[in-house]
Amino acid sequence: MSVAGPHPSWDLVADWEQLTAYPFMVQALEAGAIVAVMAGAIGWFMVLRRQTFAGHTLAMISFPGAAAATLAAIPIAFGYFGACGLGALALAAVGREGSGGRAGESAAIGTVQAFALGLGFLFVGLYGGQLAGLEALLFGTFLGITEGQVVTLLCIAVITLLVLAALARPLFYASVDGAVARAGGVPTRFLGVAFLLLLGMAVAATSEIVGALLVFALLVTPAATAQLITARPVRGLLLSVVFAFAVTWLGLGIAYFSPYPVGFWVTSLSFGLYVLTRLCPLSPRGRQRTEAPPAVA
Amino acid sequence: MFADEFMRNAYLAGTFVALACGAIGWFVVLRAQVFAGDALSHVAFAGALGAAAIGIDIRLGLFAATLVVGAGLGGLGERARADDVVIGTVFAWILGLGALFLSIFVSGSSGGDGTAAVRVLFGSILGLSGGDAWLAAAVAVAACLALAAIARPLLLSSLDPEVARGLGVPVRALGIGFFLILGAVAAEATQAVGALLLLGLLAAPGGAARLLTDRPWLGLGLSAAIAVGSMWLGLFLSYEIASLPAGTAVIGVATAAFLLAALRDRVRTSPQLLRQTANAPGGAVPGATIGT
Repeated sequence: MSVAGPHPSWDLVADWEQLTAYPFMVQALEAGAIVAVMAGAIGWFMVLRRQTFAGHTLAMISFPGAAAATLAAIPIAFGYFGACGLGALALAAVGREGSGGRAGESAAIGTVQAFALGLGFLFVGLYGGQLAGLEALLFGTFLGITEGQVVTLLCIAVITLLVLAALARPLFYASVDGAVARAGGVPTRFLGVAFLLLLGMAVAATSEIVGALLVFALLVTPAATAQLITARPVRGLLLSVVFAFAVTWLGLGIAYFSPYPVGFWVTSLSFGLYVLTRLCPLSPRGRQRTEAPPAVA
Repeated sequence: MFADEFMRNAYLAGTFVALACGAIGWFVVLRAQVFAGDALSHVAFAGALGAAAIGIDIRLGLFAATLVVGAGLGGLGERARADDVVIGTVFAWILGLGALFLSIFVSGSSGGDGTAAVRVLFGSILGLSGGDAWLAAAVAVAACLALAAIARPLLLSSLDPEVARGLGVPVRALGIGFFLILGAVAAEATQAVGALLLLGLLAAPGGAARLLTDRPWLGLGLSAAIAVGSMWLGLFLSYEIASLPAGTAVIGVATAAFLLAALRDRVRTSPQLLRQTANAPGGAVPGATIGT
């Protein structure tokens, strides 16, 4: 690292001042916070519904969307939203109620993803092989976020979270026990499609800024950690959001002082947290011990 | 078309890689492990970048990464089958490692602008040398033979692990062995069709064959046939249409086969039509005509 680069010290206040000295870092921290809260909340439902593969596929689908938008010379955001929306509908069409149960579903999702990536490759080829943005597309840079983008992201996050809040209760029942929910008159099929669309919108809004890789990492890992710790919905959702937020800011902070990319730090921190939770007695055995008394009383 | 050496190499490597992917893909779909296969193909990407970053042979990194992670996923056994969340968590982190290796690699080689990453991501089946093609074919044939050796107990343990365990079949060891074969094929196919498009040859032919028939050995053959057919037709199309990349063409044909199979399945199982065609003899198999 060069001498002119930022140096971390043990004085956290000074570190914080260094970190926020440049507007691009302030905007990265703001965008990171918004993305983390949105991904933490939606990811919790994604993990609950065991739709990790679908989430990963949606994150990947942003690539052909961006490539198509570049080819057609329209704003790249349209490409992201169009592709993720179409992808969500395609996944809903081939998904749960489709033929063949779990095995059929996983094959169908895989096919959707492979075909979308093939299309993306075709668009890139037609465009003339300019693949300069591919790395940023997959791994994200977090840098060069404008104030306008942060505001747009905030609006999308607020809308997404409001819709999620409105759907949360029936969606929870439909996710935990689809058959009972359906018998109770909950429109599970509609909820499934709505959730995939919501997931698609969230992924589309964040892909452009943080990259397909980081979106997926923030969707799955904090939520998986939270669900190891507690099965209670409200507590789990809050934990998931807090974890996502913490690893994002810590990752951004460490990456600022190190030569290695943000994506690596954020995924490593969240994976480390997950492994720790799995190993230490906060996981189910310990939970049973701490929650046994209220159940008896 | 076969006058060009690169097309001969592409057909040689493509045929055997597709054969291996199709056969393994059928088991992958049967065991609902497509996500694990997808994860392995991304692991191959991270492994290749890691090898590039520390300056050793890329192929070494590919095989080391996929075999280690494959054994790990297989070792999780039953839990890995049930728990896509664990796979997703591990695999998000491995993508993060890929990002790290990419940044080391790009900053290490001053001229490198991620083109190696692109080559690994999308493969270059039309750019294989004669030696590469023979090596790919050899690895694929070895994988097919290994799969054939464990096919019967693997089928039993995939369909009903409880019964298989009761009969003394080593279910867990078979799971690990299967993942090792899958890892080897993923590493090799990454060279030919690329880490991301490998997924299509695993998922689509297996999914199509599963929709077309419930009979296991017929399904296995059908899956391999669809994969090889997609490869042949895709290579031919990309040769005829200059702007169509080979990977896109192959995946496109495989996806079409899957869609036709799904359509046939929907028509067959929809109740009104079922009644109408109840007396008709088993009709043509749309996916198979694409496949052969």
